Amino acid sequence: MDLQVTDLAVARGGVPVLEGLNFSVADGRALVLRGPNGSGKTTLLRTIAGLQPALEGEVIGAGERIAYAAHADGLKTALTVTENLTFWAKVFGNSDISAALTGFDLLDLADRPAGSLSAGQKRRLGLARLMVTGRPVWVLDEPTVSLDAASVALFAEAVRAHLQAGGSALMATHIDLGLDEADTFDVTPCRAKPRVSALDEAFL
Amino acid sequence: MSIWEYANPVKFIKTTDRMMPYLAVGAVVCLVSGLVWGFFFTPDDYRQGSTVKIIYLHVPAALMAINAWMMMLVASLVWIVRRHHVSALAARAAAPIGAVMTLIALATGAIWGQPMWGTWWVWDPRLTSFLILFLFYLGYMALWEAIENDDTAADLTSILCLVGSVFAVLSRYAVLFWNQGLHQGASLSLDKEEHVADVFSSPLYVCIAGFVLLFIALVFLRTQTEIRARRARALIARERLA
Amino acid sequence: MIALLMRDLRLAVRAGGGFGLGLAFFLIVTVLVPLGVGPETALLSKIAPGILWIGALLACLLSLDRIFALDFEDGSIDLLATAPLPMEGIVTVKALAHWLTTGLPLVLAAPALGVLLSLPQGGYFWIVVSLLVGTPALSVIGTFGAALTVGLKRGGLLMSLLVLPLYVPTLVFGAEVARRGGEGLVVQTPLLMLAGISCGAVALLPFASAAVLRINLR
Repeated sequence: MDLQVTDLAVARGGVPVLEGLNFSVADGRALVLRGPNGSGKTTLLRTIAGLQPALEGEVIGAGERIAYAAHADGLKTALTVTENLTFWAKVFGNSDISAALTGFDLLDLADRPAGSLSAGQKRRLGLARLMVTGRPVWVLDEPTVSLDAASVALFAEAVRAHLQAGGSALMATHIDLGLDEADTFDVTPCRAKPRVSALDEAFL
Repeated sequence: MSIWEYANPVKFIKTTDRMMPYLAVGAVVCLVSGLVWGFFFTPDDYRQGSTVKIIYLHVPAALMAINAWMMMLVASLVWIVRRHHVSALAARAAAPIGAVMTLIALATGAIWGQPMWGTWWVWDPRLTSFLILFLFYLGYMALWEAIENDDTAADLTSILCLVGSVFAVLSRYAVLFWNQGLHQGASLSLDKEEHVADVFSSPLYVCIAGFVLLFIALVFLRTQTEIRARRARALIARERLA
Repeated sequence: MIALLMRDLRLAVRAGGGFGLGLAFFLIVTVLVPLGVGPETALLSKIAPGILWIGALLACLLSLDRIFALDFEDGSIDLLATAPLPMEGIVTVKALAHWLTTGLPLVLAAPALGVLLSLPQGGYFWIVVSLLVGTPALSVIGTFGAALTVGLKRGGLLMSLLVLPLYVPTLVFGAEVARRGGEGLVVQTPLLMLAGISCGAVALLPFASAAVLRINLR
């Protein structure tokens, strides 16, 4: 089942930021969202992940199929790497975290508390969380922030493996991951015409 | 023609503007005549003397303190179910009025209680319930102030109003259980035994009518202000875009 | 959901704050009261049940903002919201974790602190029973307050203002059970009311908390 977005409009704090969005991500494919800072990519991804309601239009094939990774990794600094991953695995009804540990080169760090990791290592742990969710659609918001070149390569490899296994990915990133399966979608043409927020409209 | 038509802000302002003079005049006439009648043309109570006459402020204020919360509860429900902005703003507008009514009821009660019970304050169930009601008003208003996004604030305060109503009723019974109290029974009641004498109650009804009209007029006025403030903000936002 | 509970418990133990702070606060309140009202045993033993209830209530209140604030800061709440757990389940587990790390220790510590306040002989049993029955309501009501104020800067004071009036019925009936128990009176009515409030709060408030949390994440 593809992730399909039709005539979607999203709003940040009641102000429409993007409208008329139409795209779909087939299984085994990735879609990279591009657009300048503040263009509403994060808002779009949050809407698709179901965290906020869409202003108009609809998203099909999201909901329970989505694994969402935001700017913040949601790590507990007092827990070890293994404990963090095991927790998320259990929440999503899985138990095996070894693939995620190897995939993101975390085996050596497995028993370290997450609080003692560097920013890049934390990010790797945050991304490894995606692998233990077992969900087919990855929705990623700037996944490569604070990753070095080697880690970006690891991440690209993980995405590729996920796509080959029939999953799909939707991400906002400025880095070229060198994925053959990836299309790009520029959100700039979809920017909403500046208008007052939906909250205020009723009062004009 | 449906009642929801008045949920349109512009329509609401137009309609309430037309009603406002009648409400204001009605409130003033009822309050002045009720209070004058009550204060100067009723006999002194054989036990309580002239102090009893504060009843003409105390009872209506107490009544409106509770009714204001009821009105907020209804307005909150309307907002949750039908999402009419005017409804949320009316609930917001009613809260300070209700809080002031609660304060009036508490203050007049203290002034009345001093000669009667020999103390300004007792932890009587009715007094305590009103103090707690006042705290609910404070929390409700503070939550409105604290949240920037108006729709979020309306949603959260509505739910708080719902939950708060349940706990306010629970608190009422809790304090009733906790202390049986000095406070006299209800001033107005269908039960003849409990009811105050007719000579006192007639001006009381007039005063209550005055307080109700005053409350409606104030809620309309404050809701209009809220609507105009929102409208001004919307216009400024539009100007900036143009 | 069990995983979430275990994680919260583990965090509370490891970060230390959970158990320790609430209990220490409870202790300090019970120490300060005799210093404030004077050391007469008769007076203290009369007000002991009330002091213990107020102390437990304030200790509970103190730890409420930790329920969601930490998860909100590090983004876990967003991720949990997209996980296959119902929001109602999440807030219930959060409240349960709060009760286990704050409420339950308070219940267990209350008899020890009762000694400091010269609680009457018969009061020990009933203070434990009343706190055991009442503190779940405190945790669940507090979770609602914490959910209301989750995104706010300096939400702590506001949360106290919102939560404390909601605590009134629980406090009244809880302290009444402890007082009557201590004096050897019949406790059935307030105990049933207290249990009713706890059950009602546990059954219904998670829906309100979940709705509020969803609105705040938007």
